[in-house]
Amino acid sequence: MKTDVLIIGAGGAGLMAAIAAKEEGVDVLVLTKEYPTRSQTCMAQGGMNAALGNVAEDSVESHIQNTLKSAHGEADEESIRFMCSEAINAVEYLDSIGVCFSRTGDGKIAQRRLGGASAPRACYAQDYTGLKILHTLYDRANALGIKFVNDTFLLEVLKDEDGKACGAKVLDIRSGELKTYIAKTVILATGGYSRIYDKYSTNSTASSGDGIAAALRAGAKLKDMEFVQFHPTGLKNSSILISESARGEGGYLLNSKGERFTDELAPRDEVSRAIDEQIKKGEDIFLDIRHLGEQFIDEGLPQERKLAKLYENVDPVHDLIPIKPVAHYTMGGIAVDHRSQTNVERLYACGECANHNVHGANRLGGNSLLEIVVFGREAGRNAAKTAKEVESLSVPAHTECFLDREFTNTVDFYKYKEKIGNLLYNKVGIVRKKSELKSALEELEMVKSLLPQMGWSDSSEIYNTNKQEFLEFRNIVEVSEVVIQSALGRDESCGAHYMEAE
Amino acid sequence: MKITIKRGDSYEIYELEDGSYTLLEALNKIKREIDNTLSFSSGCRSSVCGSCAMRVNEKEVLACSYKVQDGDSVEPLNNMPVVRDLVVDMDKSYEMNVKAKAWIKSFNDEAVLDHEAEKINEVQSDCILCGSCYSSCPVYAVNGEFLGPFSLTRVWKYVSDKRENDAAEKIETIQTNGIWDCTLCNNCTVVCPQNISSKADIEKLRVRSSMFGYSDPNFGSFGGGFDGGFGFDGSPSF
Repeated sequence: MKTDVLIIGAGGAGLMAAIAAKEEGVDVLVLTKEYPTRSQTCMAQGGMNAALGNVAEDSVESHIQNTLKSAHGEADEESIRFMCSEAINAVEYLDSIGVCFSRTGDGKIAQRRLGGASAPRACYAQDYTGLKILHTLYDRANALGIKFVNDTFLLEVLKDEDGKACGAKVLDIRSGELKTYIAKTVILATGGYSRIYDKYSTNSTASSGDGIAAALRAGAKLKDMEFVQFHPTGLKNSSILISESARGEGGYLLNSKGERFTDELAPRDEVSRAIDEQIKKGEDIFLDIRHLGEQFIDEGLPQERKLAKLYENVDPVHDLIPIKPVAHYTMGGIAVDHRSQTNVERLYACGECANHNVHGANRLGGNSLLEIVVFGREAGRNAAKTAKEVESLSVPAHTECFLDREFTNTVDFYKYKEKIGNLLYNKVGIVRKKSELKSALEELEMVKSLLPQMGWSDSSEIYNTNKQEFLEFRNIVEVSEVVIQSALGRDESCGAHYMEAE
Repeated sequence: MKITIKRGDSYEIYELEDGSYTLLEALNKIKREIDNTLSFSSGCRSSVCGSCAMRVNEKEVLACSYKVQDGDSVEPLNNMPVVRDLVVDMDKSYEMNVKAKAWIKSFNDEAVLDHEAEKINEVQSDCILCGSCYSSCPVYAVNGEFLGPFSLTRVWKYVSDKRENDAAEKIETIQTNGIWDCTLCNNCTVVCPQNISSKADIEKLRVRSSMFGYSDPNFGSFGGGFDGGFGFDGSPSF
């Protein structure tokens, strides 16, 4: 199967890239692990930053400065300037394709203040901002006739004899067949890697870093992989997210003695550390929104009430909500330049799997939806322009196929998936120590050496999710290794990477 | 507790610990600890991605927001090809969004969307494309070309959007295998996890269609009907 631009991933970034590439007049094909609209983007609630100044005075410069500050000196000012300046166009574009942003009384796009912002800057669509942006981009992609191939799992990025990206090898999940897609340029938009923390993550089960691991195997550089943002209020048992708006609206954090112990509205990394310190002292931690009252909770935080009832068997109107901080967003990813291009020629990346140097050590709330739109478009445009310059499709050089290796299937990988999650949470989590990072790396290398003894027990070719989860597990192992190595490479504390002296 | 899961032509019973947890948690437990071969789809675990729609005791639910009960019988969605176990092929129902032309065709940049206008299609834009509505739809069951509930809701979302300058093409598109084929049985409304009523949206699209000069093709086609061969607007239907 052949196309000009091959896009892997149909979340916000992948869809935006597909739209932009198609508008450049080239053939576009999008491969997705499930269906478009089922990506992590649908879970974004808060909003998308743009200094529109619709409800209070604001400026692009303030947006830039807030983002720089949050990044702790680890981002590129030029990239941030570009993203923040493009934000207004990006919101106008989304509005013009039909995104139902919430409105002010006089018909302007409403904005609210998120953590770290000097003005109400986040444009939102009730509590479903990501969902509504994602679905509208999908509708736009349909209007342009963009083709999707669903239920497709990325195995490897293919390169030609000259080392240039020229396609992808994938597993057709439905039939179990291996397929090769050949393209002039390839864009990875496969999402982040928070799921390496297994049950300690708010993310969809799909966020296993597949594109990042495949890019690494293809020789692409990764950057800032140690920067993992922990959200303070995941539900204790399930890690399902209770939105920051619960604290924004006045919720308290309490320990087992019923004491408040931190400023609930401090940045996410600080609040997470304060909770972690309490947990290490043996305290259980709770979010208390009882004082907000039933009427307010039902109107302002209905989703939170539903999830707490469903997953913790508590009703926040009358009970405390048990919580813990969990992995939420990964700042690190595939290193790209201003054109969204990786160090592998003709391979591009955008969205959470990429590192456009705009988040640095800590992402500002409201900047992730912005990033996927602005840089998704850049990746799509640039990959399309390059594709137009490429005269003919290349032949991929031979690559070894992981699935052809011998697997004895005597060791259960599901147990190790959980073990890696626990290992990372305890030793490569909110607070890190050099000795623990070293021991985590040793343990992980041990797990890696066990891979040939693992495998899948389901022998069916048809929709074999057991096999798929093993392939994801391989990526989890490879990405985790880089996260620990990157953490070991940075001695000082910086943003989400917090080192404790021993 | 025991739950029954339909797998192909047979049913399998799984024994699980008693307790209060979601169906999705139960399925994950079976997958990891009891039977690696059980196939199902899931994603966000918090009812916004639409991946884990299935049927329990003959009613459509999201596995992540349904508390599993002793004796539950779990099946894949109806009206779509079953790929394996609880996984269905939704390509065709997704494709209905394309057939129905569910997008903005011509953007009116002078339209002012105020707070009130925003509410017109707020609930319709909450759709997560989980497919529960297609599974419950008796018309889709017998006519695979019926555009179906979520795509018609999506069309209403755009037709009712003040920013759409040119709704005519969409209205024309939904005349065949669309709004007039719906029997208004309301099943889609009952099963929608997002509280959307596609039935109500279809009724609104009927009204809008008559404003564009279309009429119900089921009327008048019998020649000797009560309306004497005349449509609602009094003009002859031939």
